[in-house]
Amino acid sequence: MDDVLRVEFVTKRFPSVLANDAVTFSVRHGEIHALLGENGAGKSTLVKILYGLLQPDSGTLTLEGKPFAPANPATARESGIGMVFQHFSLFEGMTVAENIALGLPGARPDTAFESKVRTLSEEYGLPVRPTQVVGDLSVGERQRVEILRCLMQSPRLLIMDEPTSVLTPQEADDLFVILEGLRKRGLSILYISHRLSEIRALCQAATVMRGGKVVATCDPRNETARSLAEMMIGASLVQPISARPEPGPVRLKLEALGVAAEGPFGVPLEDISLSVSAGEIVGIGGVAGNGQAELLSALIGESPIAHGDICVDGVSVLGQGPSQRRGMGICFAPEERLGHALSPGMTLAENVLISARRRAGLSAHGVLNFGAAARFAGEVIAKFDVRTSGPQQTARTLSGGNLQKFSIGREIAQKPIALVAAQPTWGVDAAAAATVHRALIALAEAGTAVLVISQDLDELRSLSQRLAILSDGKLSEAVPTAELSLAEIGTLMGGRSLQGGMHATA
Amino acid sequence: MLRLEPRTERSRLLLWTTPLLAAAMTVVSAYAVFLIIGVDPAKALRHVIFDPFSSAYARSELLVKAAPLALIALGLSLGFRANVWNIGAEGQFTLGAIGGGAIALAFYGVDGPWLFPLICAGGIAAGMGWAAVPAALRTRMGVNEILVSLMLTYIAVLLLSALVSGPLRDPDGFNFPESRIFHESAIPPMLIEGTRAHIGIAIVPIVAIFLWWLTRYHEVGLSLRLLGDTPRAARFAGYSEARAVWFCLLISGGLAGLAGALEATGPIGQLVPGIPVGYGFTAIIVAFLGRLHPIGVVFAALALAVSYIGGESAQIAMSLPAAMVGVLQGTLLFWLLIFDLFVGYRVRLLGPPKKSVRATAESDREMSEAGGA
Amino acid sequence: MELLAGILFTLTIASTPLVYAALGELVVERSGVLNLGVEGMMIIGAIGGFAVAYSSGSVAMGVFGGVVAGATLALLFGAITQIFLANQVVTGLALTIFGLGISALIGQAYTGQTLDTFPRLYLPVLSEVPILGKVVFQQDILVYGSIALTAAVWWTLTRTRLGLIIRAVGEDHEAAHALGFPVIPIRLAVLAFGGGCAGLGGAYLSLVQTPIWVEDMTAGRGWIALAIVVFAAWRPWRVLLGAYLFGGFTIIQLHAQAFGVNISPQYLSMIPYIVTILVLVAMSTDTARRHFRAPACLGKTFFTVR
Repeated sequence: MDDVLRVEFVTKRFPSVLANDAVTFSVRHGEIHALLGENGAGKSTLVKILYGLLQPDSGTLTLEGKPFAPANPATARESGIGMVFQHFSLFEGMTVAENIALGLPGARPDTAFESKVRTLSEEYGLPVRPTQVVGDLSVGERQRVEILRCLMQSPRLLIMDEPTSVLTPQEADDLFVILEGLRKRGLSILYISHRLSEIRALCQAATVMRGGKVVATCDPRNETARSLAEMMIGASLVQPISARPEPGPVRLKLEALGVAAEGPFGVPLEDISLSVSAGEIVGIGGVAGNGQAELLSALIGESPIAHGDICVDGVSVLGQGPSQRRGMGICFAPEERLGHALSPGMTLAENVLISARRRAGLSAHGVLNFGAAARFAGEVIAKFDVRTSGPQQTARTLSGGNLQKFSIGREIAQKPIALVAAQPTWGVDAAAAATVHRALIALAEAGTAVLVISQDLDELRSLSQRLAILSDGKLSEAVPTAELSLAEIGTLMGGRSLQGGMHATA
Repeated sequence: MLRLEPRTERSRLLLWTTPLLAAAMTVVSAYAVFLIIGVDPAKALRHVIFDPFSSAYARSELLVKAAPLALIALGLSLGFRANVWNIGAEGQFTLGAIGGGAIALAFYGVDGPWLFPLICAGGIAAGMGWAAVPAALRTRMGVNEILVSLMLTYIAVLLLSALVSGPLRDPDGFNFPESRIFHESAIPPMLIEGTRAHIGIAIVPIVAIFLWWLTRYHEVGLSLRLLGDTPRAARFAGYSEARAVWFCLLISGGLAGLAGALEATGPIGQLVPGIPVGYGFTAIIVAFLGRLHPIGVVFAALALAVSYIGGESAQIAMSLPAAMVGVLQGTLLFWLLIFDLFVGYRVRLLGPPKKSVRATAESDREMSEAGGA
Repeated sequence: MELLAGILFTLTIASTPLVYAALGELVVERSGVLNLGVEGMMIIGAIGGFAVAYSSGSVAMGVFGGVVAGATLALLFGAITQIFLANQVVTGLALTIFGLGISALIGQAYTGQTLDTFPRLYLPVLSEVPILGKVVFQQDILVYGSIALTAAVWWTLTRTRLGLIIRAVGEDHEAAHALGFPVIPIRLAVLAFGGGCAGLGGAYLSLVQTPIWVEDMTAGRGWIALAIVVFAAWRPWRVLLGAYLFGGFTIIQLHAQAFGVNISPQYLSMIPYIVTILVLVAMSTDTARRHFRAPACLGKTFFTVR
């Protein structure tokens, strides 16, 4: 009996999709086992079943040789499953020890407990101070707290869901050392990811999922990144799109921009310089939390600029509020649709008043023209295929994809000189994402300078002519996307610049 | 099993019928309270509900009470929409009385058409000045305006008391802590002869209609609504929070000050320590009962005025304490808040949630996560 | 010397009700609930305590009556804000308006009545020590109780699992709910505790401080208790300190004349309110804010489909 976990013929059907189709594989003792697949392959459904958040329609689970059917996360934990989520559920205002105690039945946050946490953290090579407040910790440190919280319950199997998606490359390297250490102590780890290089470096076995089915089981050390990717995608890799018309004159220019950090855990921006020309889409990539929020606020005019300048068609926006900036020709589509771009309780017609008052002439001397607003909203709805009953529908009743089409459409319909779009397809379905991408490309072709800030490298590689990476508040030089390999992007995301004349491009 | 589901849109029907329902439940609860404390409930409620309408004079008194409540609540409801919690209107009202009263005393015996407007301006300025303190502290330093405006109320009441026992005391008043009775020239023009119904009552509908227009058709209304519902979207729209805080506090302070100046020069006719009788606090109830809507507020002010006049009447007829009015008002607000749940949420009576319902919700989340990862 | 002892003695009497009310509110706010109705709960405690003591003839029963009255009103607040999901600011105000009214209504029958003086504990020998004896060892049991309660609240919040859970609920009610803690029942229980404390503080006024019933006798102490919680940065021992500071400001006016200060009493009475504003300003500086964070969920409504 060498298997910690056996998953046999697990099937889970949702009304619209068969998320898991007779999934079968097993995880052996002392093994880091990769669960590999694209977004939507069924990985997260399977993990939720293992952690008791969902119950399978059919199939069996076996843990340490015993049948295992967790009804909720508490029983899953008791049975020996530890889970580290992609998004942590930690209490920011409380200490490390207190956070760990909260997850353990009956634990009290006294000094004895603190020293127990300290001992365990040293034993497993997970350096954190138990008395430190979680809000002050880096993302990597918070992840260690989550791992420690699991280890306190002596799990048989540790599940890690996309653990490196929130980490810098350096933090990821530290994590790999920790996980290898845990494996050597006999712990089994189910490692969920779609990052091929780390799976090849870290895992002894891999189960590849596609469309809810297990399509392959292999030893990733014997595979190439290409062969793994082809198993995962089942087709050839996405190629960056090629030539579009030559860009025109510079329309949006950021000159040595400096901005203070937002909130106690923000990142200040230092000397950001970038120019976007008419007809060009420039992408800014990088892991969230490296200054993206600060950059967007500074561009919109929600937070002050410490030094440097932003120019639209050569005119500085310094001292101008969001409304005046729109008047000058720059429009913005923030990533958070409800609560930032749109107000959930207002109708679509009222929502266009938020950002289109000026350029669309919806307000004269402060008096609002609701008729014109409804007509403008109607145009956006028609042009961008927003599925809604009409301009009088309340924003919160729309689906994510339709909200995003409306939010971006509202800006595009104002025919801006420059458009800044953050995470334009975050959390939307494929059809809506395609609509948004087509609209952005069409806008650029019509002569607008488009700046896309996104975490999704595939999106940036398919959309933008030039690409820069934001890391720890610093922006790399924007270079033609086609000339940038994934490895080079990884280097830039780690905060190192590309040295030498390797890519000294125009 | 009961299930609570958020409505996608607030029920407009319930929004405007629940205040009436709350009033009805208040009568029922008051009946019970009177019964418990050994007061004849039917008799007490008869006094409270019917006496205010029993004579022309009582009806004019209703307007006299409703006017300051409406003026104050009109200002407060602007702020409450935008998450600006001016709880110290009572203090701004008191300062308005001091400001208006001091001008009336300074120009004692001087006649002129300019005097009454000057008194009003003095009251407005004094109320605004008092409200400027929490506005400045919140916008400059982020100090919570609730506690500051409230503490300023206590200070205002003590200030009034100090002034009428010191510099503003009637020199011929046998050392009583009160000012001289204002000269006829300082008294606001009367609307109805033989009553205390003064010109201030006519100001109320003008202010209400203007504020209704402002909140409905002007960007100011949009900015306040955005700040209250979605502060981040308000910033995105280019509306400054600090400006809105100043605007709300200055308008509500000014209107409360105006109400104070009118109250002192009108129905009371001199400065006495007892000018603040809680209008500033009752106006908070008025604002919510009127759904923070300028026209609704006017009707709510009339309803609360009934509780004052009726309460007073019951107080005299049955020797009940004046604070009984507070019980009625507090209960009214409780019921309103309870019924508010049904405006924003739908309560469903069902068995255990059906599997398919949950699965759909899960799959929706699954889909959005899949797209988001 | 006698004067000093007298001042210190009145200081404890003036401060003790503030300690109770502020401690109760502190725990409530740590659980993420902002109950602005402290004034209402204190006044209902004052009349509840007085009425029970008067009719039962036992001050101990009176204290109990005050606690129950305050807790009852707090549970009314809890029902409206936690179950009916109403705005906590407005509900707190309604609670104060209602409490002031209902207490006056009930208190009508008790106006002008007096109670026996509240028993003091005379610790043998120690109470004979000059000054210190009178101040430290001749107090009533509720003064000692207030200090014991401060210690108990501190210990519970920082050293026990119960306190840990209360704080977790106040920091992030969504995460606490996800971990399986019953957010609403916890908050209701904490509210009842806070209301009981406020009621006890009010009862102290009508049973010990004056021992008579006067309408509106709390005179804004409930609001000052709220300010003390901010001043104390949600920490129990600082609440004790803050309550004695504010108690000190309230008795300055009583003793100012004795020191030959000749200002209108009204101006002296303003001192506690002015000090409250100054303290709020001092607590709002960036450094203070970073060190003394309010519970992250303070005043937010928790809703889960149920």
